[in-house]
Amino acid sequence: MEQVVIAFLCLAILLYFLLGGADFGAGIIELFTSTKNRSRTRKTMYHAIGPVWEANHMWLIIAIVILFVAFPRIYTTMSVHLHIPLAIMLIGIIARGTAFVFRHYDAVKDDMQWLYNRIFRYSSFLTALFLGILAGSVLSGKIDPVATNFADAYIFGWLNWFSISVGLFTTALCGFLAAIYLIGECKTEEDKKRFIKKAEYMNVAAVVFGAMVFFSAAMEDVPLMNWVVYNTVGLTAVVLASFSLVLLWYLLLKGSTKILRVLAGFQVTMILVAISYAHFPNFIRLKGGNVISLYETVAPEKTVQSLGWALVLGSFLILPFLGYLFYKFQQKEE
Amino acid sequence: MDDFLAARSQMALSLGFHIIYACIGMVMPFFMAVSHYKWLTTNNEVYKHITKAWSKGVAIFFATGAVSGTMLSFELGLLWPKFMEHAGPIFGMPFSLEGTAFFIEAIALGFFLYGWDKLNKWFHWFTGVVVGVSGLASGILVVAANAWMNSPAGFDYINGEYTNIDPIKAMFNDAWFTQALHMCLAAFTATGFAVAGVHALMLLKKQHNDFHYKSFKIAATFATICALLQPISGDISAKDVAQRQPAKLAAMESLYKTEKPAPLLIGGIVNEENKTVKNYIEIPGALSFLAHGDFNAEVKGLDQIPEDEHPPVAITHYAFQIMVGLGTVMMMISLIYFFILWRRKTILNTKWLLKLFVFAIPLGYIALEAGWVVTEVGRQPWIINGIMRTIDAVTPMPGIAWSFYLFSAIYFSLSLIVIFLLYRQIKMVPVLYKSSNIDQ
Repeated sequence: MEQVVIAFLCLAILLYFLLGGADFGAGIIELFTSTKNRSRTRKTMYHAIGPVWEANHMWLIIAIVILFVAFPRIYTTMSVHLHIPLAIMLIGIIARGTAFVFRHYDAVKDDMQWLYNRIFRYSSFLTALFLGILAGSVLSGKIDPVATNFADAYIFGWLNWFSISVGLFTTALCGFLAAIYLIGECKTEEDKKRFIKKAEYMNVAAVVFGAMVFFSAAMEDVPLMNWVVYNTVGLTAVVLASFSLVLLWYLLLKGSTKILRVLAGFQVTMILVAISYAHFPNFIRLKGGNVISLYETVAPEKTVQSLGWALVLGSFLILPFLGYLFYKFQQKEE
Repeated sequence: MDDFLAARSQMALSLGFHIIYACIGMVMPFFMAVSHYKWLTTNNEVYKHITKAWSKGVAIFFATGAVSGTMLSFELGLLWPKFMEHAGPIFGMPFSLEGTAFFIEAIALGFFLYGWDKLNKWFHWFTGVVVGVSGLASGILVVAANAWMNSPAGFDYINGEYTNIDPIKAMFNDAWFTQALHMCLAAFTATGFAVAGVHALMLLKKQHNDFHYKSFKIAATFATICALLQPISGDISAKDVAQRQPAKLAAMESLYKTEKPAPLLIGGIVNEENKTVKNYIEIPGALSFLAHGDFNAEVKGLDQIPEDEHPPVAITHYAFQIMVGLGTVMMMISLIYFFILWRRKTILNTKWLLKLFVFAIPLGYIALEAGWVVTEVGRQPWIINGIMRTIDAVTPMPGIAWSFYLFSAIYFSLSLIVIFLLYRQIKMVPVLYKSSNIDQ
């Protein structure tokens, strides 16, 4: 059962990055869209994510619940030492979630829209950035559980070059995912071109920030090279990701939009595999070389058993229903 | 503000707002399902418009409820890490099921909101019902987790270690049913009265009669029936609390001395320094009866409980008085409503009753918040009753006061925007649903 719970945890994190990430990306893209095209972008976007956006964000809740039920030490270590970035991310989640709904459900469309849009764009960017910073911090080895002064205990665990580079990298990836996702939703060639341009920019940004991640990893002594280059699985994942990126651009420029989403999703999955496989089951790397491992901090047997069953039964209810939701609202396109 | 107080205030604030958003989000779908059903069976357009109008409210509240709920799942750890480290594996079961229920609710809501004219009409109706049922299930599960804090079960606590953990037993702790029943009825009563009151206000303004009267009737029916049932559930809860949390009951009634028989105090001003109560109305033996079903039974007072385990008496007492008082008012309004309906068939011409409903708009929510204060403040100083103190659970991070100020600002502005949006939705009813305007 332990394996089942861990599998669900990985799945929830992955899906949150993919679906929630694309969602943040939509806001990020809107942020970097010229004023005259914004309302069109918004329309395409609303059309695409309106019905599913609530569901996309449930994966975060699933991941958090698994953490605090089955791996309470991981949950509490993060909550204590990454309190500040978590709080900022939460503010982002609150702001963008509500702004997204408010701008659609305000019965009068007036100047308030300006405010909702502003909030939605900036908070999308902020949320993605801090989600990435959190992911980076967990791996950075800068979290110091025995620190006695405020800065070491609560600030430098996440305010370091590595975490910030991962944050920026994540932001670019989210934008990329959203652009690719939205290409498939476009009604006109002109819109499609615009999103292809966006995807290009985001891709370039991801490459630049990706390089920054490697550079800062070397600077901050994060053994990133060991994970993605000197590890067979890590290396394979990176190679596959690069290969699918090339394939994606080839198909995109040839005008095919069919499996773009699959390829983009595959790429992000491979990136997550690459950075996490080599040090699995270690979840948090602490300062001074200690780690918090999934296996060592797992909750008692009975808890894991019942959680596992709840997740399995839950997915029997959720997945078909969710699949039908995605299917139904894709279908109407044709 | 010291960090411990700030952490408690932030938690109280977050839950205080979440309770309202969540209750509306879980109750409104049932109102919608009724009017949707009537639209499908009677083909009367007005019902379709009512359903659509309400569904916009639901979408707004669901989104705010969902984000404030997400917020809470993090705040448990951000503010109370020591509590979660030990309690997570024990009382996590209802949360994991709640995750599922909530997920289903979100999916069903996606179908419902975007499914008009796209889905089979009965499947569409069914997705609306699923929103309600899974929302209610989420509510019950979360309350079950809270009930565990009041009535810890499913583990052995030996020498500071939590062993022999059984999450299923923890979920079905002794308090889960009584608390969940009380909460659900409260949610229906509060939301019902609020919705009915808003439509009553519109009726008084002579706006759009048919639309608002039909809406009023659906909401008022739910509200009044639940308001009449609530005292029964309250009685069960009181007996439960008397048995399991004598300190809470004593604080609710500010019973400083053990008495046999114990009187019920109505109102009264508590002096925590001198441990006295002044200016109250006393009903002899009534507390004995409420707590133990016997007018002569002994009721444990705070004198039998160590001083460092006393909850804040004044707050608990006042909150309890407010809850019971407002509950009684709503019960009376419900009785009057049914009486008038029985005598005159319609209440449209009974202006004063409509005004009474308008007056009752906030009452349910005030009572709901007060009841929640009773259960949470009444449990202090414990976070897990009798096992872990709240002060031992708080985060070691200093500066929580800033976080409290920041989140207060966020919640208040969020609520202002929500109220503003609802105001606009209601104002726009005549424009958006013109075709139903046949009766004017």
